[in-house]
Amino acid sequence: MSWRLFGERIIELLIRLCGVSAILFVFGIFILVLVGGIDFLVYRLDLWEFFTSIEWRPTDTVEPTYGILGLIAGTAAITIVSLGLAVPFSLGSAVFVSEFCSGRTRETLKVVIELLAAIPSVVWGFTGLTLINSLIIRFTGEPVGLCVLNAGVVLALMTVPIIVSIAEDALKAVPDAYREAAEALGATRWQVVFKVLFPAAKHGLLAAVLLGVGRAVGETMAVLMCSGHSIRMPFDGKFPFVHVLSPVRTLTATIAAELGEAPVGSDHYQSLFVIGLLLFIITFAINLASDVLVKGIRRE
Amino acid sequence: MFEGTPIVWRNLTMQAAMRFLFGFMAAAMVIPLLLIVLYLITKAWPVLSWEFVSEMPRKNLKEGGIFSAILGTFIMVGISLAVSAPIGILAAIYLNEYARDNWFTRIVNLGVVNLAGVPSIVHALFGYAAVVYITGDPCILAASITLGIMTLPVIIAATTQALVAVPMAFREACWNVGASRWQTVRSIVLPNSLSGILTGVILEVSRAAGETAPILFTGAVFYKKSLPSGIFDQSMALSYQLFSVTTQGGQIPEERQYGTAVVLLLLVLVMNLASICLRVYFRSRKKW
Amino acid sequence: MTGERAVDIHDLTVTYGAKPALEKISLHAHRGEILGIIGPANSGKTTLLKCINRTLELIPKARRRGRVVVEGVEVDSYSLHGLRRKVGMVFPLPVGLPLSVYDNVAFAPRMAGIRRHAVLDELVERCLRQAALWEEVKDRLWMLGSRLSGGQQQRLTIARALSHEPEILCLDEFSIAVDPVTTMRIEDVLVDLKRDVTIILVTNLVQQARRLADRVAFINAGRLVEFDVTNVIFGEQPSEQMTFDYVRGHFG
Repeated sequence: MSWRLFGERIIELLIRLCGVSAILFVFGIFILVLVGGIDFLVYRLDLWEFFTSIEWRPTDTVEPTYGILGLIAGTAAITIVSLGLAVPFSLGSAVFVSEFCSGRTRETLKVVIELLAAIPSVVWGFTGLTLINSLIIRFTGEPVGLCVLNAGVVLALMTVPIIVSIAEDALKAVPDAYREAAEALGATRWQVVFKVLFPAAKHGLLAAVLLGVGRAVGETMAVLMCSGHSIRMPFDGKFPFVHVLSPVRTLTATIAAELGEAPVGSDHYQSLFVIGLLLFIITFAINLASDVLVKGIRRE
Repeated sequence: MFEGTPIVWRNLTMQAAMRFLFGFMAAAMVIPLLLIVLYLITKAWPVLSWEFVSEMPRKNLKEGGIFSAILGTFIMVGISLAVSAPIGILAAIYLNEYARDNWFTRIVNLGVVNLAGVPSIVHALFGYAAVVYITGDPCILAASITLGIMTLPVIIAATTQALVAVPMAFREACWNVGASRWQTVRSIVLPNSLSGILTGVILEVSRAAGETAPILFTGAVFYKKSLPSGIFDQSMALSYQLFSVTTQGGQIPEERQYGTAVVLLLLVLVMNLASICLRVYFRSRKKW
Repeated sequence: MTGERAVDIHDLTVTYGAKPALEKISLHAHRGEILGIIGPANSGKTTLLKCINRTLELIPKARRRGRVVVEGVEVDSYSLHGLRRKVGMVFPLPVGLPLSVYDNVAFAPRMAGIRRHAVLDELVERCLRQAALWEEVKDRLWMLGSRLSGGQQQRLTIARALSHEPEILCLDEFSIAVDPVTTMRIEDVLVDLKRDVTIILVTNLVQQARRLADRVAFINAGRLVEFDVTNVIFGEQPSEQMTFDYVRGHFG
C-alpha cells in the first residue's frame, strides 16, 4: 500500500517539475543569451554607437563598428509594410468568418487558415525568392526584387493566419446581446461591425495585432531570404516615407547570416548575442502586453 | 409593402458592398495558398518522382535524390518529439489538474506563452551556446533538443485543450469515491484526452519538420555523402536543405530547388490535414 | 439498532469567503438509521454533506470550523482517501463515468488495489443487486454506462457509491432527475440498506423524509431549526413553529 503511495508521490513531483519547465526554459534562454554576450556588452560595447549608428562592420580588421540602427530600420520597415497589408486583410477576414458566413464556408475557411499557418517559414522565403522576386522585377523594372516589399508581402501572408484566429475569437466573445440590440435599432450588418463589434472587441483585436507584430519582428528565415543583403536606411523624409524597393537587413537575418562565421567568443560573436538579447526583450515585452490585454477581456 | 426609401437603399448597397469587401479579404487568404502550391508543383514537375525522394544525393546535391535530407528530418523530428511530448503533456496536466488559482500559476502560464513567442533565431542562439556546449559538437541530438524546446508550447496548448474538454463532473465523481488526483488523471482524464494529445503531437511534428533556424548551427549540414552514423553525427535536413540550395550558391539546378520545396511543403500540409481530419473523426466518437 | 453515533457533528460553521453557509450546526446520525435533512433550497444542506467527506476543501475559499466525527474519529484525522472510501456520496444528477457499467462499479475497488477478476466480479454483482439494478443490466455489463436510462444511471451511481463498502451513505436530493417509479424503487433499496449502512438523506421532498427517515433535521438559511425523531417533526407539536409551517408546505 505504501509502495503505491510512494510511486504516486514521485509521479506528482515529476508533474510539478514539468509544469515549471516552460518558465525554466524561458529563464534559461534569457540567461544563456545574456551570458553569451555579456563580456562584450559590459566592457566594450558603446551603447550610443550601438543604437544610433548604421555602420555595422564587425569584421573590419582596423576598426570594427557595431551600429545596429540600420538593422533596426530594416526590421521596422518590413514590420510596418507587412502589418500595413496584413491587418486590414486579417480584420476583414475575421469579420467575414465570424459574422457573414456559416456552416460549410466557415469550416472550409478555418481549415484554409490553419493550413496557411502551417507553411514553414523557409518555404515562404523560397516563394519570396522566386515567385515574388520575379513579379517585382517584372512590374517595377528593378534589377533585383529582394527588398522591403518582397519581405513585407511574404511576412504579411505569414502573419495573417495568426491575427485572424485571435481576432475571430475576440469577435466571437462579444455577447450576442450587443448584436441583437444594435439590429433592433435598425443598424445594418456593417454598422453593427464598425460601431458595435470593433469597439467591444478592441482589447482582443489589439492583442491579435500585437502578436502579429511580435511574429513579424522575430521572423528569421523568410526575411533572410527575401529582404536583400545590404544594410540601408529605407526611411527618408520624402513620400512614400518607406522605400519599399530598397533592400534591407534585419536584426534576425544578421544573426542568422553571420553567426556561422564568427569565431566563438570573439567580439563579433558576442555582439550577435547582444542583438539576440535585444530581440528577446522586444518580443517578451510584446507578448506580455498582448497577454495582459487578453486577460483583461476575460475578466470582463 | 416594402417602401425603399433612399436611405434604406443606400444602407443595403453598403451592406452588400461590405459583404463583398470582407469576402474578398477572406478570399485573399485562400488564393495565395492555392497559387503557391500550384506554382511550386508546376516548377518542380520535371524532377518529382519516386527516385527523387528515395535516392541519396550525389555530386554536391546536383544529382540524385533527397533521401538523406528526408531521413535526417525524420530522425530530428522524432527525437524532438521524444523531448517535447513527455514534458509538454505532464506540464499541461500540472497546469490543468494540479495548479491552484494563484499568482504562481499565472507566472507559469506566462512562461508558456512567452516560450511560444521567443523568435526562432534566439532558440538557435540558445541551442548553439547551451546544447552544443553539452553535447560537444553540433550534432543531431543538439538540433533535436533545440527543436523540442521550441515546439514544447504546441504540445502544451493542444493537451490543455484536450484536458479542459473533460467535464469536471467526472473528476468530482472520482474524488468522491476516494480516488487520488493522479488516479483520476490516469484512469479517466488522460484516456479521454488522447485524441487531443494526438492532434498536438501531429502539429508538433509538422512544426518541427519545417523549422530551419534552430538547426542552422546545431547539427544540420549542407552535404554528406553518406547517412549519419548516429545521433552524435551531423545530418542533412529538408528545411535546411531548401535554405542552403537556394542561397548558398553552388548552382543547383532550379527544378531540384523547387522539388525540395514541394516535398517539404506537401509533407507539412498532409500532416496538418491529417490532424484536422483526426479532430473531426474523434469529435464524432465522443463518449459523452 | 440504535446505538453508537456513526456521524457526529458539533458546532459546524462554514463560510465561503465572507458569505456564511452554515452556522453552528450540531446533529448526529446513529448507526443503522436513516437521518433525513430537509430544508428549502440554498439552506446549506449540500454544504453539510461536503463536510462529511471533506470535498468542501475542493471549493476555493471555503472554511470549516467545528467538529465532524465519523465512526468515532475526527474527519481531519483520516487520510483523505480513506475517509472518502468510508463515506459514499450520491449526487442529484447521475454522473456516470465514461466507462462500461462493469467498470463504473469496479472503478473504486480497482483504485483501492483490488485486481483479481473473481473478487471484482462478485463485488460488482453485489453492489448492482444492492442498488436494484442487477436484473436489468446483467446481460449488458460491458455497455457504456451513459447509454442507460436516467433512472438506471442514478441506480448505477448508487451502486458505485456502494462499491467501496462505505459505512455511511450520503444522498443529495437523488430523486430530482429521476421518475417517480424509480424513486420508489430506490427508496425500497435504502430501507433495505440501512441494516448495513448508515444513511444520511438530504431531500427537499418533505414526504420522502417522512417515509424513510428515523430522525429528521430541519435546516433553514444555514441554521439548524430543529432536530428530532420523525414523529415529532411531522407531528402536531414540533418544538418550532417554523418546522410546523415548513412540513405543511406553508413556505419553502
